[in-house]
Amino acid sequence: MKRAGFTTTWLPILLLVPQLLIIAVFFYWPAVHALQSSFYLQDPFGFGSTYVGLENYTDLAQSSEYLKITRFTVVFTLLVTFFSLALALLLAVKADTVIRGARTYRTLLMWVYAVAPPVAGFIGLLMFNQSWGPLTDIARAIGWDFKLGVNFNDTATAMVIVSVWKQVPVNFIFFLSGLQSIPKSVREAALIDNRSASGRFWDVTFPLLAPTGFFLLIINITYALFDTFGIIDTLVKGEPGNNPMTLVYKVYVDGFRGNDLGGSSAQSVVLMVLVLALTVFQFRLVERRIHYT
Amino acid sequence: MTNLSNTTIAAPTRRIRWSRLLDHAVLIAGSLFLLIPLLIVLQTTTTTDVETMKNGPQLVIGSQFDDNLKDAMVKASGFSGENTGMSMLINSMILGLGFALGKIIIGMMAAYALVYFRLRFATLAFWLIFTTLLLPLEVRILPSYEIAQKLGLLNTYTGLIVPLIASATATFFFRQFFRSVPEELVEAARIDGAGPVKFFIDILAPLSQTMIAAMFIIMFVYGWNQYLWPTMITTDEDMYTLVRGIKQITQDLEGTNIPEYGRANMLALIAILPPVAVVIFFQSWFVKGLTESDK
Repeated sequence: MKRAGFTTTWLPILLLVPQLLIIAVFFYWPAVHALQSSFYLQDPFGFGSTYVGLENYTDLAQSSEYLKITRFTVVFTLLVTFFSLALALLLAVKADTVIRGARTYRTLLMWVYAVAPPVAGFIGLLMFNQSWGPLTDIARAIGWDFKLGVNFNDTATAMVIVSVWKQVPVNFIFFLSGLQSIPKSVREAALIDNRSASGRFWDVTFPLLAPTGFFLLIINITYALFDTFGIIDTLVKGEPGNNPMTLVYKVYVDGFRGNDLGGSSAQSVVLMVLVLALTVFQFRLVERRIHYT
Repeated sequence: MTNLSNTTIAAPTRRIRWSRLLDHAVLIAGSLFLLIPLLIVLQTTTTTDVETMKNGPQLVIGSQFDDNLKDAMVKASGFSGENTGMSMLINSMILGLGFALGKIIIGMMAAYALVYFRLRFATLAFWLIFTTLLLPLEVRILPSYEIAQKLGLLNTYTGLIVPLIASATATFFFRQFFRSVPEELVEAARIDGAGPVKFFIDILAPLSQTMIAAMFIIMFVYGWNQYLWPTMITTDEDMYTLVRGIKQITQDLEGTNIPEYGRANMLALIAILPPVAVVIFFQSWFVKGLTESDK
């Protein structure tokens, strides 16, 4: 860092100590601890633990339940990411073109950002209420006997809908700000070259939004993997049973409820590797291929 | 940007009107998609539980709002009778404010040290701090819980707030911001004989006001909305936050008697309102902070 700075040495150390202390205790220690206990088998009654090497991992790889949950997580993540990005992009493009009521629309389309995931799940319970939920009624009208919490696919559908509802505003905010940062000169040039609005969108606006889009892609995948915990937990009312669950929910269920610390730690490590891979992907591949203006 | 469409006078006016109408139709549909669930919660807070159970949400505004509000604030749902709406609201406030303040103060301190001082181990500290951006709390939740337990932090505000601060989002954000502050300011301050403390208080902090506000809004909402960590760390009902208490609220809808829709929905409403109000009132700061910090 080539910056003019102060030469005092005790002050910066003093300033850094709180941050370093907190991350040492609540970040590095737990991360190392998870890695370590993933190689051990914990006694369920708390009488120590035995070293089992990679057994926790091989158990995971062979578990058909874990495979099923992984498959569900992938499908869930794809659906949530796709629908929340597509809807948000559509709304952002429209919000960017209208003049009248632009501010009102913006407010109406972003407030859900501040709703907590479990509260969103709670609202989902109302919307899909068995006897009078508006969405259950709509499903019934098209001949779909919707049973939240009973039927696997119905519950999964509800999870996707609530998760998309919660995520559209974040994507909307980013897409809108991305659209508004496209220079006026570029838009005017496009307007002269191409008369059709949809042609302009796909040839000019969409490529210029690509950096925002890729950034949001990672954000949305992370959201679907981790932040939907609250939505899932409330929609299944804290009792997973045969209901769909994601990988993070499984970590919680096994470790906190089932007391399988070793297995749960191994799952944590798998998730850590997954997140690291995503981040590396974000930094390397995406940054290189997308052209920023 | 938005007045661009004004310049497309050449096209026949009629076609433009139709497409404009379509734009509005899409936006209205989107707004309703987001808004209707909230309206349903609102409506059911104004009716009696029996009415809601029989008919579901209606188009009329009932007269039970104040009764439901009183129920929600004073009545407890747990065994201990301590998790009233009032106590959960206070805990949520403590979590939201404590988290936001803690994160900003610690982040600003660390960022100031990293940007404005020549330190031998600065690079090491930088990597140690920014590695934390890679792994969310969710993937190390159990070991974090065990450590909090070892340190005797279960059911304390410290245990609720501090582990959530252990990631460097705010630090990263302030570092970016400090680096965009012109270097001449430090040089001028040093020539005038100002030390690091005086420079921070008199020059850097006032310059960062907008950024601090934006960070505060985002962090307050983030802290208020935490669920998984509070669920694990607080087992005493008097420590519940509104968002953590939501599971018990859903169980009120399960009861064998008449589900307490009025009270439950009122609590959900109270859990939604403060963060939403903050986001709406400080919209421009919030959007600026969000779109500039995450990139």
